[in-house]
Amino acid sequence: MISHIPLEHGLFAAGALFLLGLIGVMVRRNILFILLSIEVMLNASGLAFVVAGSRWGQPDGQIMFIFILTMAAAEVSVGLALVIRLYHIYKSLDADSASSMRG
Amino acid sequence: MDIYLLFRKKGLGEILVNMNAPFYIAAMVAIVSTFMVVTRSNAVHALLYLIVSLLAVALIFFLLGASFVAALEVIIYAGAIMVLFVFVIMMLNLGPQTAAQERQWLTPGTWVGPAVLMVALAAEFIYVLSSTHGKLLEIRVIGPKQVGIALFGPYVLGVELASMLLLAGMVGAYHLGRRDKTNGVR
Repeated sequence: MISHIPLEHGLFAAGALFLLGLIGVMVRRNILFILLSIEVMLNASGLAFVVAGSRWGQPDGQIMFIFILTMAAAEVSVGLALVIRLYHIYKSLDADSASSMRG
Repeated sequence: MDIYLLFRKKGLGEILVNMNAPFYIAAMVAIVSTFMVVTRSNAVHALLYLIVSLLAVALIFFLLGASFVAALEVIIYAGAIMVLFVFVIMMLNLGPQTAAQERQWLTPGTWVGPAVLMVALAAEFIYVLSSTHGKLLEIRVIGPKQVGIALFGPYVLGVELASMLLLAGMVGAYHLGRRDKTNGVR
């Protein structure tokens, strides 16, 4: 494969995806969409790692991506269990419904 | 060289590959579909757009020579994690009234502030990146063998920590999803 992509363009793509995810986290009130946006942000940071890893031709970037993948899987399982629990208690997916603590 | 002569000599496919068109097309698809994820009001539509975005990122990984990670992106991200989201959306059984409420929440008053701040950050990011001129990526394929050697060589402690993190995630998900015997769901 004869492709020479500038390093900046790969980082542009990762940065754009990360910013879109950050907008999603800040704008949405549905807790399910907030989790989806967090997935987008994690994926974008993984993309930045892989781009940087291929800049130096080392496997370290891919290994960081594998760790990010593991972390995302654990985060999603706990987060979705929390979403189900919140939905059963409040009958709503509004993130503001759980804003106050008891006690 | 005249573009027509170039076209006659090499053909469209080779020209596109030499211009790195697959990378840019995949990046545009990823960005557009991620934008659709953030703006949809129906959860299932957003999920399908997110799968498109993840597949586009997997193509970028493949073009960058990271074939193992591209396969992992398709199998684990677009496969396993998105299926988890689909399960939860099906379980919650969200009707059309949630989409209407979502549209009601997404007024310009809520998204203008964060969007303006993000555009400022993006402008800064583009300025910083465009002021430096790094060298071109020389794409070398880094196969699964090299990744595996590094993963179980210098990074073996990280692998152990990741396994403990997954165990903690599993225990946490089981505990949170458990039904209490006395009054249904605690």
